[in-house]
Amino acid sequence: MDWTFWLEWVIKGLVLCLILLVGFAYLTWYERRALARMQVRVGPNRAGFQGLLQPIADAVKLIFKEELTPSHVYKVVFILAPILTVVPSLVLAAVIPFGTSFMFFGRSITLHVANLNVGVLYLMSIASIAVYGIVLAGWSSNNKYAMLGAVRASAQMISYELSLGLCFAIAVVMGDSMNLVDIVNAQSGMWFAVIQPVGAFIFLIVTLAEVNRAPFDMPEAEQELTAGYHSEYSGMKFALFFMAEYQKMIVISMIAATLFFGGYREIWFLKDTFLSVDRAWFLGPVYLLLKVIVLLFGMIWIRATWPRIRYDRLMAFGWKVLLPLSFVTAFITAAGYLLAQELHNQLYLYGIPVLSIFSALVAVAFIYRDLRRKSNGRV
Amino acid sequence: MTSELIVFLVLSLVAVSSALGMAFSRNAIYSALFLVLNFVTVAVFYLMLGAPFIAMSQITVYAGAIMVLFLFVIMLLGAESMAPSPQALPWQRPLAFILAVTLAVESIYLVFARARLNTVITTPDIAANSMESLREMAMTLFNQFLLPFEITSILLLVAMVGVIVLANRQKAGHRS
Repeated sequence: MDWTFWLEWVIKGLVLCLILLVGFAYLTWYERRALARMQVRVGPNRAGFQGLLQPIADAVKLIFKEELTPSHVYKVVFILAPILTVVPSLVLAAVIPFGTSFMFFGRSITLHVANLNVGVLYLMSIASIAVYGIVLAGWSSNNKYAMLGAVRASAQMISYELSLGLCFAIAVVMGDSMNLVDIVNAQSGMWFAVIQPVGAFIFLIVTLAEVNRAPFDMPEAEQELTAGYHSEYSGMKFALFFMAEYQKMIVISMIAATLFFGGYREIWFLKDTFLSVDRAWFLGPVYLLLKVIVLLFGMIWIRATWPRIRYDRLMAFGWKVLLPLSFVTAFITAAGYLLAQELHNQLYLYGIPVLSIFSALVAVAFIYRDLRRKSNGRV
Repeated sequence: MTSELIVFLVLSLVAVSSALGMAFSRNAIYSALFLVLNFVTVAVFYLMLGAPFIAMSQITVYAGAIMVLFLFVIMLLGAESMAPSPQALPWQRPLAFILAVTLAVESIYLVFARARLNTVITTPDIAANSMESLREMAMTLFNQFLLPFEITSILLLVAMVGVIVLANRQKAGHRS
């Protein structure tokens, strides 16, 4: 543990924070432009070329806004809550591998901040800590709307966390490791999203609920709750909540890419060409960035397309559809891998996508039947 | 070794003071938050001892899941401020005092008389931070301790079914 080790560590951490902060600023621009396109508007295009300076202008505006602390709040917790929301979203990214390694003045520098053997569990534990910021913000505001928003948000996050954990378990079984670098390397032959498409799909839905994005943005339902848990916040404290939401979007897209879409690795059929990460280390972050951009576009697209889901339906969907389905997919995945390993027959692996897609279709059929019954008035 | 000792001392200061804060704060929400801090420090202790799996489970289960439910109950019942409860039992305070003194004497005796001062706590090495140690732990858990594991999960299942039955009975009684 010499001083260069600490220096490398600090620099990597700072770079990661910087990436997330800049990413947050430009994600807002990306979202506003993409939403505008879909709604046949123009979007912010005045500040700088194509509006590229808009996030900086917004940041300056937010910093100079008056910061109100209402007199009836619990002050310490009120100030603590935005910090508790931002920190997990930053810390979450520490275990995500951005690429292989490169030589720098005779030192091999790996492109990840921490290489934990329990990386997946780390993600799980930080995700479960992330609820506190929202709950405390709602409680300390001493305001009924904020409280209701916080209760909704935390109930939703706790309910969807179960399916999230099962999706993590699926990736762990397929990668045969809890280490995220190992999981990425296990996908050099084939992405996990191809072998287990249902698992990847559930993961994408659940992450939408975990970051409170549309159509699961119940905590911020304007017509019912004004602004939900951050009703009483203004100025920079509000900006921290905003920042946490967008950073969580970025980080969770990175996690989805790492667990199911090959992480920093190229598409599997480019494995032995010059576009492979093994030949050129600098392509790793580029591939990860491309995947994150595509996944983020998916999130924005969903927000532009779907209305908000009703709260009881949200809970019913989480507990009655997603949880059983993720149990079934986890079981199918584990059984397929076990059979293939014990009987030395790779054919069992083909059973995984077939059976899991079949169970997903059964789930969809049940939802369809239920909705039909309700719309016909028969219960 | 010295840097580890410094980390340990700072952490134990945080752990002890957060435990005291938990016991003495007037507001139940602050108590719960101190308890969360205490759980996280204990998780860092586990990390220092080279058990990352237990550390992460500690954060996920205790700090993440259980304490969020605690906070929920405190907030929804509005039990934030502690009022001296009228139905305090008369024999509670002396009993608590006796038990606390017994515990303190026992722990002091164990620390000073029975602790083996010459044993060395194994320092976390590279083997602890590998997939092999995790695999080994899983093998022990599911071979040697399979029966306790299964009994625990059945206990949890029974508790869950019991809650659902009780909630349903209340609902049915409300209807009729």
